[in-house]
Order: sequence, then C-alpha cells, then structure tokens
Amino acid sequence: MSDTPDPVVERNPAEAVASFDRHTRRPLERVQHFLHRYPTMVPVIVLVLSVIAFGLIAPNFFSAFNLSLILQQVAVVGTLAAAQSLVVLTAGIDLSVGAVMVMVSVIMGKLSIDFGIPVPIAILIGLGVGAATGALNGALVTRLKLPPFITTLGTWNIFLALNYYLSNRETIRSQTLDAEAPLLKFFGERFSLGGAVLTYGVVLMVIVFAVLWYALYQTAWGRRVYAVGDDPESAALAGIQTNRVLMSVYVVAGVICGLAAWSSIGRVGSVSPTSFFEANLESITAVVIGGISLFGGRGSILGPLIGALIVGVFNSGLRLAGVDVLWQLFATGWLIIVAVAIDQWIRKISS
Amino acid sequence: MSQPLLSARNLVKRYGRVTAMDHADFDLYPGEILAVIGDNGAGKSSLIKAISGAVQPDEGEIRLDGQPVSFASPLEARQMGIETVYQTLALSPALSISDNMFMGREIRRPGVLGKWFGMLDKPAMDAFARKKLSELGLMTIQNIGQPVETLSGGQRQGVAVARAAAFGSRVIILDEPTAALGVKESRRVLDLILDVRSRGIPIVLISHNMPHVFEVADRIHIHRLGRRLCVIDPREHTMSDAVAYMTGARLPEGIAA
Repeated sequence: MSDTPDPVVERNPAEAVASFDRHTRRPLERVQHFLHRYPTMVPVIVLVLSVIAFGLIAPNFFSAFNLSLILQQVAVVGTLAAAQSLVVLTAGIDLSVGAVMVMVSVIMGKLSIDFGIPVPIAILIGLGVGAATGALNGALVTRLKLPPFITTLGTWNIFLALNYYLSNRETIRSQTLDAEAPLLKFFGERFSLGGAVLTYGVVLMVIVFAVLWYALYQTAWGRRVYAVGDDPESAALAGIQTNRVLMSVYVVAGVICGLAAWSSIGRVGSVSPTSFFEANLESITAVVIGGISLFGGRGSILGPLIGALIVGVFNSGLRLAGVDVLWQLFATGWLIIVAVAIDQWIRKISS
Repeated sequence: MSQPLLSARNLVKRYGRVTAMDHADFDLYPGEILAVIGDNGAGKSSLIKAISGAVQPDEGEIRLDGQPVSFASPLEARQMGIETVYQTLALSPALSISDNMFMGREIRRPGVLGKWFGMLDKPAMDAFARKKLSELGLMTIQNIGQPVETLSGGQRQGVAVARAAAFGSRVIILDEPTAALGVKESRRVLDLILDVRSRGIPIVLISHNMPHVFEVADRIHIHRLGRRLCVIDPREHTMSDAVAYMTGARLPEGIAA
C-alpha cells in the first residue's frame, strides 16, 4: 500500500519537497496519528470508559455526591501533579514535590501557631519557601548539571529531614487550627453545587491547571518550556536561554507545591508531618497516566488532571464494588504501564 | 570588489593541545554565495561557529560592516542579523512550524493582554510564517500548526531556511543543508538558496557536496589545516582542482608550500 507512488508528486516533481505524504494509512496508523495530534484523548477515553464501567458495576458510584467526593480526594495530589507536570515537560522528574509540600505545610502551621505570625503572612512565607526549594532544585540541575532524578532524590530526603526537624514530628491538631488559624483550613471548606459537594481545594486545583494551561499555550514562556523539554540543544541554538527556562520551571513548581501544602492542611484538617508520604509517587502516576511523556516536550497539561481523576475513579469504584484495596494498587500499576507503552507507540511516529 | 560585509582575520581557537583554527581568515562580500569547503577536521566548523557566535575565538578579529564585533553567544550574532541554519536544524520536533519559526522571538498581543499577560499573537505569527513559507515556494505545507516532526526532511530544511531568511537581515549561514536529503529535496533546497540570494542576502554555504557547491557558489573558500588556503572562482577551477587543494594533493597557483 505504502509503496504506491504518490500521484501528486508524480504530476509535479518540483512540489515534492513541500507536499504531504499522502499514502493511505491503515486504521491503526490513523489512530496513532490521531493520538499524536491529541495526546490527551487517551486519558479522556480511559476516564469516560472507567466512569461508565464503574457506574454499571458499583452501586451508588454514579451519583453527583460520589463523583464530587472523588474530586475532593484527588484535589491535593492533583495540584501536586500540576507542579510535577511542569518538571516532566522539561524531561526532568521531581521526587521532592511531596516532601516540599509537607514541609511547607509544617512551616505555615508552625509560624501561625507557635510564632504567632499573622496567618496570611505565614502562608506567603510558606509559598516563598516553596519557591526557594524549587530554586535549589533548579540551581542543582542547571548549574551543577546534575540529573533531575538524582537531584530531587537528594532534596527529597533533605526536605523530609527538615520537615521532621521543624515539626518535632508533632502534629498541629485540628482544634488548634480552628481556634488560632482557621484560614489555613480554607481549602478544606465545603460548598454544594447541585447534588455535588466540593471543597475550595478542588477549585484551587482547577484554577492551577487553568493558569498553567494559559501559560503553556498562550505565552512565549510556555512554548519555550516545551522546546527545552523537546530538544534542549535545538532550543539553545534557536536562541533560548535553556537554563533560565529550567530554573523558572522549578521555581514555579515549588510555588505550586506551596499551594498544594495549604490545600493539604484543609484536606487533612491538621498539620501532620507524616502525611502524604507517597504524594510524590502519586503525582508522577497522575502525570504519566495523563499522557505527559517522561522524555519531555510532549503532552497536554490537562492530561495530569485527568490522570489524577482516573486514579480517583478506580479507587472509588473498586471500593464501592467491595473489592479489596490491593486491587486498587494492582489497577493503578497496570494503568501506568499501559500509559507509558502508549506514549512510546505514539512517539514512534517521528521516525 | 567592495568592502566585505563580514570578515575575520587571524582567528585562533585551541582546544587543549589541538589547534582547531590557526590564524584563519574569512571574507564574505555583499550579495554573494560563498561556499566553505575543507576536509573533515580542517577546522571549518570552528570557523563557522566563530562567526555565528557559537564559539569564541582565542585570538583574532571579526568585523561586520567594517566594525569590530564579538559574539558571546549565537543570540548576539542573531541580534546583529547573522542567522545560522545548523546541520541539526535546531527545530523542536514536537512544536508547530509557526512555534519553531518564532522560537525565542515570539510576537505578543498588543495592549494589556500582551503586556501584562504575555499573551502571544498567534494569528499574527501564523500569518507571518505562512507568508514567509509561501515566499520561498513552500506553501504546499498547508497546516502551519503541524508539528515539525510530521514533515519530510526537505520540508524541515525548508522551514529552517525560511526561519533564517525571515529574520536574517544581513548574513545567512547554512551548514550542510543538503547532507541528509535525497536528490529531489536537495534540488529544492538549492533553489531556495538561490532565491534567498536574489533577495540580496549573502549566504555562507558549508558543504561536502562538490556538485552542489559548484552549482550555486560565487566563490569557494577552501579551508585546510585550520586556516584559509585560498579562495577560488568556480568558473575557473574544476571540482577535481578543488578536491586536490582541499586534500593537499596539489597547491593552487601562487601559494608557496
């Protein structure tokens, strides 16, 4: 099929360089090209199918209340996945996002409760610390040229240790927060919308993704982030200061971790230095299932939002169906593998 | 002949004990296609990198329009109107044609949206990209939002050349533009090169392909052992002359051993 000469080329050889390759595509190739063009369609299809499937299997799954509960459950990890996505788009990975989040939540809580600093200022300082952690990761990656995996493996442990040091491994109780710093629990507050019950943490997650979508698709910075992740040498030759772009990505990711920290206090209801221990891996899971390529430069920022929802839907659906918790892990594991396999397949298009 | 537009004198570049450029000279005159040829390792890529800002020479002087210049990065050379199409093309495969053409010099929306929110003027960028591509006869690429990786090798080269032609106000440097292309696609790129010259922009063409060099070049700079051996006129010398000079099998007249 593919060795049939292209009639357009035959008629007009001078146009050959600029004409499309019009050989007839097999159905599977069409799917491949479609997914290449719209990489977010994979997670969207998986999400829709899984919602329908669990709606049929599990009683009460398909209620506005349950679906909004899923949103509440994924709000913190989803926000964190937004930060993770930025780093993964630059062909990096950030293992420290979870530790940064917990450490910042401890800092916000400590400053407000133990040091009596006004809560809004404590929150701003927390966000600043988030930015500083990003700047440290970014400096190690861009100045010392350390691989992001190793850099953030190191800083993960460092931030975890600092977190235990700062908190003394003590939890700030919910009642204390209610009495002295209710603003810290703001993102845990609920409001209802029809039959759905949402938290402001869900709203925050959606806003973070919307802002990132805008920044990545409508600004020069976003296009440069993709270019740096896609092919750093080419981006540098095209005049992009790749180190500056990388640095900005890590700092923005750090600030988003700070926002996730604030949101996590509302979700947990207290400031706990031992919470969200697996949040970094869960954020990577959401990013991968969301179709962002670990090789950088490919994938839509809205993918990880859907990826986080898919994990939430599976967990909720399996639980409502009365299945043992271990099968939630089992399903998530397969989702990751299938997602990466599909990504590899889509990327073959360029060869 | 008039004053050279871009010239270099006594450029030296050492990498440890290796001398990549050994007092190399270079002259590019307005409106010409200057081919640079030389054996592998002769130092022509160091020379090209020096005049495109990718490498900073240890010694020597580069002049643009008679004024001494020094480029700390390709970006600085670009700002002075020297555009380079690298052999690797420096395109981002997953990004669109339009994104690639404007990489590093995007157009923002006028007014508040552009100034405060950094919003790109995508319609203007797409229109400009489409215009530049059709000027170079590449308009059968219909979808300006198509990722570059879905284009053929020749089309990608076309996009890279169009980008250089669109912004290169003074000099365009092409590094092995036909090396990876088939016969038909090479043909198209050579036509592109002639087309760009007809707009009055001088071109530096680095190539190993003698037929291509002899077809389009006005003068041929032969590089050997880190320096300029001679500059020949393709109408007065044959390809085998050029290869003989390049490899040291024979010396051009008037050059002492």
